[in-house]
Amino acid sequence: MSTSSQILQCIFTGLTVGSIYAIIALGFTIIYNATDIVNFAQGEFVMLGAMIMVTLQTVVGLPVWLALPLSIAAGAIVGALLERLAIRPLRQASILTAIIVTIGASIFLRGVAMIAWGRDAKVLPPFTKSGALFVGQAYIMMPQSLWVLGVTLVVVVGLMAFYSRALVGKAMRAVAINRYGAQLVGISPSRMVFWSFALSGALGAMAGILIAPITFAGYSMGTMLGLKGFAAAIFGGLGSSAGAIVGGIILGLLESFAGGFVSSGYKDAVAFLILLAVLFIKPTGMLGGKAGR
Amino acid sequence: MARKRTTHIALAGFGVLLLVAPLVVRQPYYQSIMVVIGINALAVAGLNLLMGYAGQVSLGHAAFLGIGGYASAILTVNHGINPWLAILAGVAVTCVVAWIIGVPTLRLHGHYLAIATLGFGIIVNIVFVEWRGLTGGQSGIAGLPELRLAGIALDSHLRLYLLVWGCVYLATIATANIQHSRAGRALRAISSSEIAAQTAGINTGRYKVQVFVLSAALAAVAGSMRVHYMSFANPEPFGFAYSIELVVMAVLGGSGNVWGPVVGAGAITLLTEVLQPLGKMVRPSGAELHVPAFGLILVLMLIFLPRGVTTSLALLTQRLRGARRAG
Repeated sequence: MSTSSQILQCIFTGLTVGSIYAIIALGFTIIYNATDIVNFAQGEFVMLGAMIMVTLQTVVGLPVWLALPLSIAAGAIVGALLERLAIRPLRQASILTAIIVTIGASIFLRGVAMIAWGRDAKVLPPFTKSGALFVGQAYIMMPQSLWVLGVTLVVVVGLMAFYSRALVGKAMRAVAINRYGAQLVGISPSRMVFWSFALSGALGAMAGILIAPITFAGYSMGTMLGLKGFAAAIFGGLGSSAGAIVGGIILGLLESFAGGFVSSGYKDAVAFLILLAVLFIKPTGMLGGKAGR
Repeated sequence: MARKRTTHIALAGFGVLLLVAPLVVRQPYYQSIMVVIGINALAVAGLNLLMGYAGQVSLGHAAFLGIGGYASAILTVNHGINPWLAILAGVAVTCVVAWIIGVPTLRLHGHYLAIATLGFGIIVNIVFVEWRGLTGGQSGIAGLPELRLAGIALDSHLRLYLLVWGCVYLATIATANIQHSRAGRALRAISSSEIAAQTAGINTGRYKVQVFVLSAALAAVAGSMRVHYMSFANPEPFGFAYSIELVVMAVLGGSGNVWGPVVGAGAITLLTEVLQPLGKMVRPSGAELHVPAFGLILVLMLIFLPRGVTTSLALLTQRLRGARRAG
């Protein structure tokens, strides 16, 4: 394969994977903005979305357009349950405690998934079946990549609209900007926390459903995806939605080029090296810290 | 102080218990479990100093066990160096790495610190897997010779038990000493409020790095023990999963308590053993029931008993004693 087509390949792969990281990063950002908590169970939302989709499509036999919203709703429910059962009881505990609780929740969810679905990787059929696409000599995987990019765009636009038009979205922004002020105008921060977990759950599930046909669906898929999505969120600036998206895309591209041109084994390390670099040099990330959106 | 004398008595009793235990428990299988508990307890002892006393967090501690363990393995197998010297070298290398990573990392706070240690742990594990020339990749390094002390080979479970728990005993004494010392008070001050500690003249940065390096050193010893116990080194036990297991042990055992590591390590290791056959019943291919169990334990402990078992018990007895005195 010529270098130019290899570069093209890396770009497409990077954009696809990067979009997934962006969606996962958005999930982290939403919860962080509402609660200051880093939700390490975010990756498991991704995994559960994919696994539930697999079960609904292949075992229950539902068509895609029915299984998809159900799986996303399932993700939202899991997020909401996490908030109610594990986060809400913590009350005044420190942020660090909350973070470790989310880690505990994540390994619990992963363990339950392993028991429920077993260890083998499941196959999730792509949304549309057709042959692989080629641009020049670059093989853009499958049309699923286009779905990923398309849906990510829709998600981003949808969230922007949600935050600027919908009452709940505006209320969430208010809580992120000034919690006390939001309370004074009658917004319930605890309810916003609840909705932010539900929304993150739905987003995570969406990401899992999108990526599973390209990579695989298994009980362990969530860990690395979650951590890398998190690295993307920090890279872009924890608390900034735009940062999450930009961070995700750039991380995806960097990882893809590292895998293509340096070494595929060390590819995974890219995300964490970037993470450490950002933390040591500018912890607030590229697009700065908390500011509501 | 009465508290100090109780600690001395407890330590003496602990020593007696350690010596008596292998006489009571004779089957090799149970003795091997005790060795594993000891190795875990040693690693958690270090983590306890960092998390329980100094209030910091390490979500990548398995990396230090791995560095110590791999150093031992590489020097012993590939270069024929005396195993004891290799262990010391492993500790030294781990301390250097801990210092290099600790200085920038411990400047971070709260979740940033947790995340940095997490990232560090994952990167180190990837290096273990990928740097095949040095570490043998996924298959690792095999054929570690047995340790020999004064001509006697430490090849039985009993002898390794004595070595490992001897180290745990020393670590426990060291922790007790630190607890009652100026350094211990400084660490506790840092743990409750770093700013207040700095105002009182404590060099918080230096203490944090020192306790980080010490905890890494203990982990390195534990890692070397593990590697010699299994006679080979591979990346799998030194990854994210084990780092979290150590945190579960530390949280369950009790933060800021000398006995926390032993209790936590013992409880979690035994729980894992008990859950193995149960897991086979649920799924014949072997469901790892301990994974969701640990998650559940972590969540429930932090909600209901965040100080852990031993510390909560200690506080409870204190309160009862105070009530009796008052009533």
